Amino acid sequence: MKALPLFGLLGLVIRRDLVLAMRRRADVLTTLVFFIMVVSLFPLSVGPEPELLRRMAPGIVWVAALLASMLSLVRMFSADYLDGTLEQMLLAPQSLSMLVLAKIIAHWMLSGLPLVLLAPVLGLQFDMPAQALQVMVVTLLLGTPTLSAIGAVGAALTLGLRGGGVLVSLLVLPLCIPVLIFGAGAVEAATSGTNVMPHMALLGALLLLALVFTPWVTAHALRISME
Amino acid sequence: MAINWFKYSAPSTFYGLAGKLIPWFSWSAAILFPVGLYISFFVAPTDAQQSEAYRIMFIHVPASILSMFIYLVMAAYAALGLVFNTRLSSMMASALAPTGALFAFISLWTGALWGKPMWGAWWVWDARLTSELILLFLYLGFIALHASIDDPRRADRAAALLAIVGSVNVPIIYFSVKWWNTLHQGATVSFSGTTMHVVMQQALYTMLLACWLYAVAVVLARVRGIILERERKSLWVLDLPESKQ
Repeated sequence: MKALPLFGLLGLVIRRDLVLAMRRRADVLTTLVFFIMVVSLFPLSVGPEPELLRRMAPGIVWVAALLASMLSLVRMFSADYLDGTLEQMLLAPQSLSMLVLAKIIAHWMLSGLPLVLLAPVLGLQFDMPAQALQVMVVTLLLGTPTLSAIGAVGAALTLGLRGGGVLVSLLVLPLCIPVLIFGAGAVEAATSGTNVMPHMALLGALLLLALVFTPWVTAHALRISME
Repeated sequence: MAINWFKYSAPSTFYGLAGKLIPWFSWSAAILFPVGLYISFFVAPTDAQQSEAYRIMFIHVPASILSMFIYLVMAAYAALGLVFNTRLSSMMASALAPTGALFAFISLWTGALWGKPMWGAWWVWDARLTSELILLFLYLGFIALHASIDDPRRADRAAALLAIVGSVNVPIIYFSVKWWNTLHQGATVSFSGTTMHVVMQQALYTMLLACWLYAVAVVLARVRGIILERERKSLWVLDLPESKQ
């Protein structure tokens, strides 16, 4: 078998996951609808005062994004696990870490990216100022890939377990707290007129760290789960 | 004389050693706890600023220290088990987790009891409190993951990976929570008790030592239980006097 070049492999796996998702569009859409619904529940529960909502908006959007990405995590490896594709990936001569990285990118494109694109609309519902909206989109753009990357470790560890969905949230949510803090913190800083760059820099650092280490850890977790 | 460093890394030999050590640790803990509590509550002087309420510190501080330290020890044992594939290390890791979670819980509970008279609130979103809470979540995640995998070897390895990822994350979480807290201008509490009264120090160290001894005794007892459960089909377990009854 001819060895694929590294980026060819990445592209191949990403394209495959995207095609599979396009054939089952409902899966992607449920996550989005969930995101919109969670965000819309907050005004109904805390009251419609615009001042309060404007203050809470960044936190609400970030928590909803975190929960929505948890929802889709379970599906990251489970379909491949059930139909045996994952076993073939483990046997493949290419590096499993690279395959996992491709899966993480594909997962982000399917669950993170739509959230980033939708977030400004939801921000408008909360009457956020334009500048804060921009910052929120950038933080989500930096933060959601980290969530997918950290989530991949949890998804791999809980592969094929009963009650995997709840368990993966229990494992992954505490680890995602730094992303949440800096993501919501940057938007907060933008609204209060202070410097947003420290938050952005830290989010970027978390993203780089996660992209370097989590594919490797996830590959180990997959080997443990599949043995 | 050549020493066999690995003699006690086999569950069969460690089982006996742990059995011999448990009485020492548990008896000294049983003696030190009343002594420490007596010094804490009757001998140590009343604090100038916090009056009597500060005395809960003598339970709170050892519990917090142990909850953090046990997580590191647990992650270290888990890593050993993952790298060298030694059964006993993984058993130790899973034996440590409940004790660590217990100390994290005690630390949060006593912290709340102390916070009510001091800050006027059971809970404030202080950096220390929040990261201790997250630590408790990490323990619970470890225990839950271990419990939901039926095959003990796979459970060990999966939970070990989680513990290692968690221990890498602990400093990141701690600093993020700390910066978050300073940005939000939360309750600013500083423990400027560096010049502590000598008797207070003695009480604190006694309680810390007692908690240590208790933790070791309990973990050894629990690991004995885990060894028996995992090795119940092996010959040496069947040969034990307690399994012949």
